[in-house]
Amino acid sequence: MSDVHAQTVSYVRETMLPEAEPPVTERGAIKWLRENLFSSWLNAILTILSLYVIYYVLSHTLGWMLYGIWDAGSLTECREIRNELYGEDASVACWAVLADRWDQLLFGFYPQDLYWRPVAALLVFFVAVSPILFEGVPRKLFYLTATAPFICFWLIWGGTIWGPIVVALGFVIAGAVFRYGAEVVGPLLAIIGAFVVPILYWLLLAGPLTAILNSIAPIGMQYVSSDEIGGFMLAFIIGITGIILSFPLGILLALGRQSDLFIINKTCVTFIEVIRGVPLIVWLFTASLLLNYFLPPGTNFDLLLRVIIMVTFFASAYMAEVIRGGLAALPRGQYEGADSLGLNYWQSMQLIILPQALKISIPGIVNTFIGLFKDTTLVVFVGLSDPIGFSNLIRATTDWNGIYWELFIFIGLCFFICCFSMSKYSQFLERKLRTEHR
Amino acid sequence: MATMTEPPAEAFRLSQLIYDTRYRSLTIQVVAFILIMAGVFWLANNTVQNLQDLGKDFNFGFLGQRAGYDINQRLIEYSNDSTHARAALVGILNTLLVAFLGCILATILGVIAGVLRLSKNWIVSRLMGVYVEGFRNIPTLLWILIVFAIMTEATPQPRDFRGENPEASMILFDTVAITNRGIFIPAPVWGEGATVLILVFLASLAGIFAFRRYARKRQEETGVILPVFWVSLGLFFIPSILFYYILGRPVTLEYPELAGFNFAGGTHLRNSLIALWLALSLYTGAFIAENVRSGILAVSKGQTEAAFALGLRPNRTMNLVILPQALRVIIPPLISQYLNLTKNSSLAIAVGYMDVRSTLGGISINQTGRELEGMLLLGLFYLVTSLIISGLMNVYNQSIKLKER
Repeated sequence: MSDVHAQTVSYVRETMLPEAEPPVTERGAIKWLRENLFSSWLNAILTILSLYVIYYVLSHTLGWMLYGIWDAGSLTECREIRNELYGEDASVACWAVLADRWDQLLFGFYPQDLYWRPVAALLVFFVAVSPILFEGVPRKLFYLTATAPFICFWLIWGGTIWGPIVVALGFVIAGAVFRYGAEVVGPLLAIIGAFVVPILYWLLLAGPLTAILNSIAPIGMQYVSSDEIGGFMLAFIIGITGIILSFPLGILLALGRQSDLFIINKTCVTFIEVIRGVPLIVWLFTASLLLNYFLPPGTNFDLLLRVIIMVTFFASAYMAEVIRGGLAALPRGQYEGADSLGLNYWQSMQLIILPQALKISIPGIVNTFIGLFKDTTLVVFVGLSDPIGFSNLIRATTDWNGIYWELFIFIGLCFFICCFSMSKYSQFLERKLRTEHR
Repeated sequence: MATMTEPPAEAFRLSQLIYDTRYRSLTIQVVAFILIMAGVFWLANNTVQNLQDLGKDFNFGFLGQRAGYDINQRLIEYSNDSTHARAALVGILNTLLVAFLGCILATILGVIAGVLRLSKNWIVSRLMGVYVEGFRNIPTLLWILIVFAIMTEATPQPRDFRGENPEASMILFDTVAITNRGIFIPAPVWGEGATVLILVFLASLAGIFAFRRYARKRQEETGVILPVFWVSLGLFFIPSILFYYILGRPVTLEYPELAGFNFAGGTHLRNSLIALWLALSLYTGAFIAENVRSGILAVSKGQTEAAFALGLRPNRTMNLVILPQALRVIIPPLISQYLNLTKNSSLAIAVGYMDVRSTLGGISINQTGRELEGMLLLGLFYLVTSLIISGLMNVYNQSIKLKER
């Protein structure tokens, strides 16, 4: 057999050839370029067009930004320095405005020696939300989370320490009434009492109690009024308070809208549709012009507080719609399953429905938060000085008259960093909570 | 023998109102109703009391009074002798104008950016990502101010167009002038016979519509596909152009020309309108781009593969399989973006564009001191607009809803 084979076949390859390199066009950078940038005529044109756009934008802005002048006292001084360094025709940024006015853009007219207070409040806030945002943070931090609103309030506004403590005491009273009242007067009365008693306490007792405690032990810090708060600090205060308050309110409104109870349902629908149908700016004007009409004669409270209330209502209506979407997306079986386990309404919502519905609506919820934070810029129209308000104020001074882009870029960058990190966190949360098999 | 006995009917006890689920919902509703009514009554009472204290009454008579202020941007006849109601109407039309223009441009930008972001071209998709993230994460108000600043600070003055060697020149064959006082574009002059031309144009639009219906019906009946695109294109242009010359050019263009210190003639688009329009379109376009992208991604890959397996060519796959399914996902959020754009147009206050908030909700309120009535009407206008749009959306959603069991 083998003889025949050896005679008929003159040559048999015994070893394999070494592997050849792929052709030049099919490897490395060239392959990547071919596949990603020049795969067809249309793509090639688009690539060249995009390269031109990038070149055009960078050639006009990069030098302007990099050669920018950081050390000057006014725009005229900036121009003199520029003329010395680069000649009259050169166009360079005058970042000196940021070096000169960064404090106002960030803190408004807050007293300079007290800047540590808002910074400390922000740190307290971040530490307090960390157990909510991330797993693996010590659970004991929840105690800080519960007290953080009062600490932050006191740090920012200052004044006597007894004010926030006395107000916080109201919540402790509510908890106590709810917990121990149930044994004495029954669960239902305990719930009602948990609402009524602290309200009575705040209305009647809290004021005098603060005064008494303050006269006994006057502990406090320098008081800073709301007029002095401005810049990004204001945006953060309105944004963060609005986010925290609108979330539970939004959940309640969404549940109300899904509810079978006719009156509650219709009230929630009306509230949501009316709030959503009208632009925020109209609501802000309502808060600044009209709120005094609706309140008892003589009441007058902080514009900042009014704006926060309006922003909260506004965001909660949007939040309610987002959460309603999540509730509607849950299969009917989940509701029926909860019922068949014998859970009552609040138990089934808390244990079965809401965890799933909220998970589905995370992207929408975070979008609402981002929208709320961006919308804080609108308060400039009712006379609060947010970053954009301060950019106008700075431009109105003789030193910096006519400066636009540097301020816009700084403000835009700050907003971008905040909003972008929020949306990245929401993507992280979505990945973490994804339980389906993929 | 076992007999079925009815359980003894219990007498109604008051505690059943709370503990019996049959009655509890009723109790809750009654309590809620009383509380809500009490709240509304309290607010109304306060308002009446406050109005009395200020010596004001509640009536809308101010709408009939002379407005006494000028509006630089108007679509209908208006002078400072007109009434406040007329001023409000001018404002409403201005709001609708910028909303309409904005919706069109935002859709175009959004669709292009959304499709290109899915492109396999690395650099194009990154570039579109930068556009979308940049506009989504920075407040609209800032964009409006930036575009307005570009329009007023970075464009040439009208006097730069003057002289032998002007610093600036008009673009598009000397027809459009971009200056820091606004953009001047040619204005159409309607001559004799223009009505006929418009009628012809409308008739050709109707013809396109009819032809598309016919082609679709025929395709469904016989399977023969007619060249819809080319015929539509022909119908769109040919009759109108033909009649344009037959009637002896009834429509001419009036070009803007430099006269004195400014341009005269043509249509003057004010900076406020341009800035608001561009900024709102770019901003909303970024959101629409995300809707378009998610809509296209929502159509599973199996659909494309199935269409290819049936032997459909790529553009037919797109038209007949992908788009109908993607549009179902895209259109509802698209309409709510239109709604957002309309509401965001109230930011006109930042650039001094005279929309309804600036006329009715701004100057009219300041001049008459009728905050309550003015804000109420303003809110009502926005509310009705958004209810109409969302009503239309519901009708649409019903019509495209998947017909299931």
